Formats: sequence, structure tokens, C-alpha cells
Amino acid sequence: MHIMEGFLPPAHSLGWAAVSIPFLAWGLRSMARGLQEHPERRMLLGVASAFAFLLSALKLPSVTGSCSHPTGVGLGALLFGPAAMVPVGFVVLLFQALLLAHGGLTTLGANVFSMAIVGPFVSYGVFRAVAALGLPRAAAVFMAACVGDLATYLTTSAQLAWAFPDPVGGIGVSFAKFAGIFALTQLPIAISEGLLTVLVVNAMVRFNAHELRLLPVMALAKRKAA
Amino acid sequence: MKARTALIWVAIILLTVLPLWFAVVPPAEPGSEPPAAFGGADTRAQEAIGTIAPSYKPWFAPLFEPPSGEIASLLFALQAALGAGVIGFWLGMSVARERDRKAAQPATGRDAHAD
Repeated sequence: MHIMEGFLPPAHSLGWAAVSIPFLAWGLRSMARGLQEHPERRMLLGVASAFAFLLSALKLPSVTGSCSHPTGVGLGALLFGPAAMVPVGFVVLLFQALLLAHGGLTTLGANVFSMAIVGPFVSYGVFRAVAALGLPRAAAVFMAACVGDLATYLTTSAQLAWAFPDPVGGIGVSFAKFAGIFALTQLPIAISEGLLTVLVVNAMVRFNAHELRLLPVMALAKRKAA
Repeated sequence: MKARTALIWVAIILLTVLPLWFAVVPPAEPGSEPPAAFGGADTRAQEAIGTIAPSYKPWFAPLFEPPSGEIASLLFALQAALGAGVIGFWLGMSVARERDRKAAQPATGRDAHAD
């Protein structure tokens, strides 16, 4: 989902940065407030951040014969709320832009928007929706992480289609082309991410029941699962 | 529960490994090289930009580029290791904490059945 350095026209680069900055500020504030009120969550927030670091470094082979990586931000979003994952995703993308020439500074705003904003917010929404249907927690966690991951890659496709509409068919044709590259590749990887997230949440429920009990979303899903 | 965890691990490994054999590499765009097998999707998108807008020139270059593929994989491995290290620390600490708690109060197995 990384749009390479310099591969968005300046107006788009600035626009996406302008959209992402308020979310980043909101995320930092929500994270700081959360940790101040619940210092015992520091460890789990660290684990959720580490999960995003680990997963976004793993480029996995896929059915389209190309490689892509999961994002790992769904886990933290459904534990701590989507805003808390914006700064985490930002740090991951900044690290990759500065040290790995993967993504870039001019495309950071757009990449933060797809991976650190759309991904976590979609994950959180899907989690709430599936939990409200009364399905077990594992199903809600799986769907949240999986759909959030896909949403990130669809967003990247839309961003590129908007910047580079097909000269004949326009944005629609262009979107189909980019989605064919990103979303199709991402299908098995998103399923893997969903399953891995279920494993981590299971471990957290087993080992950190005390810390989790205070988190409203987990309480909600637990009640539905019981 | 244990059996389900093992099943999930098997599914993740199969999802990762099977594409190596069953991937369908898309045909080459007219007038360009066929895409490299198992290259990055990001690179493939970059090539697609080249076919949609051949006149587009990237207007900014990365400030630092890993000098070779080896250095790039070193840095990616470092990123993964950082994440895996923290998760390993948490898991190890959690297992030890649970064991200590069980040893301290052998009669009440409440937390052991939380899962």
C-alpha cells in the first residue's frame, strides 16, 4: 500500500497531508489521555504497536505472483479505539520512508490516511457491527482485522486512481487497474492478518483479562460471546 | 482451544506458502516487460502509473536509499525483530505471571479457565 516517494502530484501530497494531520493530533491526544487514565494498559499498547511493526515488515507472497504486507493496525484499533493507532501507523510509515525508501515523505500523508486512518477506523466499525450481531468474539476480531486490511489497500487504489485517471476510461478504469494489483494480492494476506489477530487477542484474553476488562469494546464482545 | 489454535497456525502457514506454487502472474502490459515473479505490489503499481501516465515524472526522490537489497532486508528484519522482541517479552512475562499466580493459590483456578 506504499505509494512511492514522489509518485503523487504535489497538490495530492499536500491535500492528503492536510487531511491526515488532524487525525494524528487527535490520535496523540487520545493515546496520551488513555495512558494517563489507565497506565496498566501501557504494556498492551506496546504489544499492539509491536504487532503493527512486525506485520508491516513482512512482505508475503500472494496469489497474484507479487508480494505485499499486512498492516497490523486492526488489533490496536479494536483494543484502544481507532484514533490510538494513527500515531503508531505514522511511526511505522515514517521509519519505512526514511530508512527503507519504502513509501516516502511526500506520500506520507496519503499512506498515513490509508494505513493508519482508514484501516483502523474500518476495523473498529466492523468489530462493533459484527459484535452487535451477537457473533462470537473471534468472528468479530477476524472480520475487523481482515476487512480493515483490505480497506487500506482499496484506499491506496482509490488514491492512485484519483491522481492518475486512465486517459480513456477515467478514474473508474484506473481504480480497477490499481485494485487488481493491490486488493487481489491482499486477499489471502488479509485473511492471514485476521487469523493472526485472533490468536493475539486470544492470548491477551487469557493473560491480560484484568487489563482488558476495563476496555469497553472487549467487554462488549465478551458479553456477546458468552 | 489448543487444537483450534494449531489449526489457525496451519491455515496461516498454508495461506503464505501455497501462493508460491499456485500464483498466477498477470500477462505483460503491451509494450512493457512482464512483471517480475513475486516482486512488490508497490512496484507493480508504480509500473501501472508508468503505463497510464507515461509522461509523469516523480518530483521527489527518497532522501536515503538502502545501498543494496541486502541492506534493505537487514532494515526490514530489524523492524520485524523490534516488533517480535516486544511481543516475545510480553508473552514470556505473561506465561511466567500466570504460573506464579497458580503456584501462589493452587486452589482457585479461576484465571486459568478465563480462556
